[in-house]
Amino acid sequence: MLYARLITMRLMKAIVVLFLIIIFNFFLIHMAPGDPAAILAGEAGATDKEFLRQLRERFGLDQPIYVQLWHYVSGIATLDFGYSYRQQMPVLDLILQRLPATLLLTGTAFVLSLALGILAGSLAAARVKKVSGSLIMALALLFYATPLFWVALMAVVLFSVYLDWLPAYGMYTVGAGLEGFALVLDVAKHLILPATTLALFFMAIYTRITRASMLEASQQDYVKTARAKGLKDRVIQRRHILRNALLPIITLAGLQAGQMVGGAILTETVFAWPGIGRLMYEALMQRDYNLLLGIFFFSAALVIVFNIVTDLVYRLADPRIKEAS
Amino acid sequence: MSDTILSIRDLSLALPRGADRHYAVENVTYDVARGEVMCVVGESGSGKSMAANAVMGLLPKGVRATGGEILFDGQDLLTFSEDRHRHLRGRRIGMIFQEPMTALNPLMRAGDQIAEVFEAHGVLTPKERQAKALALLEEVGIPQPEKAIRAYPFELSGGQRQRVMIAMALALEPELLIADEPTTALDVTTQAQILELIRDLQQRHHMAVMFITHDFGVVAEIANRVCVMREGQVVELGSANDVLDTPKHAYTRALINAIPSNAVPPTRAEREPAPLLEVRQLHKVFRSRGGLFKPAREVVALHDVSFTLDRGETVGIVGESGSGKSTLGRCVVRLERPDSGELRLDGIDFTVLKGDALRRERKRVQMVFQDPYASLNPRTRVGMAIAQGPMANSVPREQALKQAEDLLELVGLGAKTAERFPHEFSGGQRQRIGIARALALNPELIVADEAVSALDVSIQAQILELLEDLKQKLSLSLLFITHDLRVAAQICDRIIVMQHGRIVEQGTAEEVFLSPREVYTRQLLDAIPGRAHEPAMA
Repeated sequence: MLYARLITMRLMKAIVVLFLIIIFNFFLIHMAPGDPAAILAGEAGATDKEFLRQLRERFGLDQPIYVQLWHYVSGIATLDFGYSYRQQMPVLDLILQRLPATLLLTGTAFVLSLALGILAGSLAAARVKKVSGSLIMALALLFYATPLFWVALMAVVLFSVYLDWLPAYGMYTVGAGLEGFALVLDVAKHLILPATTLALFFMAIYTRITRASMLEASQQDYVKTARAKGLKDRVIQRRHILRNALLPIITLAGLQAGQMVGGAILTETVFAWPGIGRLMYEALMQRDYNLLLGIFFFSAALVIVFNIVTDLVYRLADPRIKEAS
Repeated sequence: MSDTILSIRDLSLALPRGADRHYAVENVTYDVARGEVMCVVGESGSGKSMAANAVMGLLPKGVRATGGEILFDGQDLLTFSEDRHRHLRGRRIGMIFQEPMTALNPLMRAGDQIAEVFEAHGVLTPKERQAKALALLEEVGIPQPEKAIRAYPFELSGGQRQRVMIAMALALEPELLIADEPTTALDVTTQAQILELIRDLQQRHHMAVMFITHDFGVVAEIANRVCVMREGQVVELGSANDVLDTPKHAYTRALINAIPSNAVPPTRAEREPAPLLEVRQLHKVFRSRGGLFKPAREVVALHDVSFTLDRGETVGIVGESGSGKSTLGRCVVRLERPDSGELRLDGIDFTVLKGDALRRERKRVQMVFQDPYASLNPRTRVGMAIAQGPMANSVPREQALKQAEDLLELVGLGAKTAERFPHEFSGGQRQRIGIARALALNPELIVADEAVSALDVSIQAQILELLEDLKQKLSLSLLFITHDLRVAAQICDRIIVMQHGRIVEQGTAEEVFLSPREVYTRQLLDAIPGRAHEPAMA
């Protein structure tokens, strides 16, 4: 009941925010230098004034800007994100085609980094001032400090070229015509390298935060109470220390989750992963404004959705927040 | 003594290198018998809690036993492995702590935290554990136990949390209960209730209780025997009556004398009434902002509060937490703005002042805060901390710093201390710095909010003396906010008793303490620990 209310409230707010973002993005794109019609015409090899006029008319670029804005906003309201004149396809189709690949990659990386990061962080916290604990932290620092693309390239060199264990690029084996379980296995094999590479960076951050947060929680009075009860160390670590240490981790996870659409450009480029990141890069290079706006919209929407989800998870994790809000 | 449950023999606990002394406790010997309450008394740093931590096997890192033995039911706990020790904890030895606010896991329901004790020792089924938890909550007298069992700690009051702690410690009927300052953080009436509960449970279960406290008033209430500790050593050991009535050691006498004597406020000389602060019908309501679907919550912090404070007078505001006494203090220094009413200082209405005018006038009222640790910036030298006030009021830097040195001299710390940082001082010294800082702007009125509550009794007495002394020298007036009636009795000319944001009673200290008119005032006075014992002590 309380949650239903809360979600309704948040969704109402989200729609307002999203609307503002749409308008903001629209003007931002139109403030960018360069006339899309001129570029289109230029690439077609024509400089004819009449041809330019026709192009402008066809794409509505001759209308006053507020009319263009109105067309755009009312289009989005009916899920019409316009037409990509570059790719000769509706923007929505293009994005929906690429979205699953990106979400698969970033989602896997997200779960991987969160799970391994918290695990490594808890281990490091339990082994503070021991060699094994320091080793975990040193590794985390190394992953944190190494550039992502370099790790990606080295992973390809080692696992694909040298050891030949895993495919180097793509999402599935081209022309194999696999189906069913074999296809799943094939995609999974292709997924391992890019997902792990992408996960390493965030995993390092989760490790550090989990450790710091757990060490702080372990100083609290309730941990002494738990020990006075005669609880086992393992139980105290998990139930009393880790649970109280989770809040900053949730904050960070919410931030990472929000970046899932746009945050994998580098990885997608190195591993030739057919996702949104690469689509965005191409759209940017080709001044494909409708497509860019569409991708921006989806990224923004995802950030907002995950903000709401984070808020809800927070409430589950900490009963005190209900009272405070 | 065959019924001795705990016997500490020549126990020495070494502190890590670099501490201000080598041993936390040195050659300490005392016994606790079944069915008795043994009070271990001392000031902070006396090592009174350390032996208890050793009994529990919960010594802080770096502290280790270097000699002696701790015999629990005949077995030396110092030789126990961690695992064997763990089996004793919670089952045969229970412990409760000082801070009920932080001693419970904020993310777990009260019932689950109690049930955990059974789980830790593998007794009962999950369902039985919940049933037992409920029974325990009933036994410790929590109102609406079936609701409390589902409550998170933040939904319970301080006294209720301490009851949950006690329920937890008693879950497996331990033979020994260690209570480490369990009532220090509580209001005086709550303290009286918790003390009664502990005594009652102790008798019903025929438990041994090791009760650690700094407060001789509490000792008088609960102890069968007393062990007085100082700097890691036992200075006096004996039955409660002997120690309280005929203390042998000079330190014990000093501790007992340092407790501000209650109910006998010293008579004050009559003064010509010359109002400095006039408060008329002050109202303040705190509102939590409501949402579209949620009603706003209102807490009345001040309701129709009126009083006058004369020049050179000390007025005490006394009340329990939530009585609005601190809000009143914050309104007087205009950290908080009252909703309505007047607050006149020398005829100028403080409530309507704004901007520059407020900045000019507010230096006439200064505040000394409760927590001397938290109220000083840890990275500012104390001289600078004191000089910042005058500098903000356009006193040249050099002059302000020179003045800060003079003030440090005045509060008894010496001019040289101006170069040091707050962490280099003890609690009492820090409170002297806090007083110097308040004096830096030559105020006419000082608002002291629980200014001595965080200090040991002997330090408390020194700070109160300093305040009294400064008041005479600098012709100050003092608004003294405290929950401790004994302190109020010692320093205040007049007392205002507050409850739920209203003034219950006001009058001269003598009137309020010797012939209270209101029921609530009488309840407060009756709840002061050690009151029954007072005549014998005086």
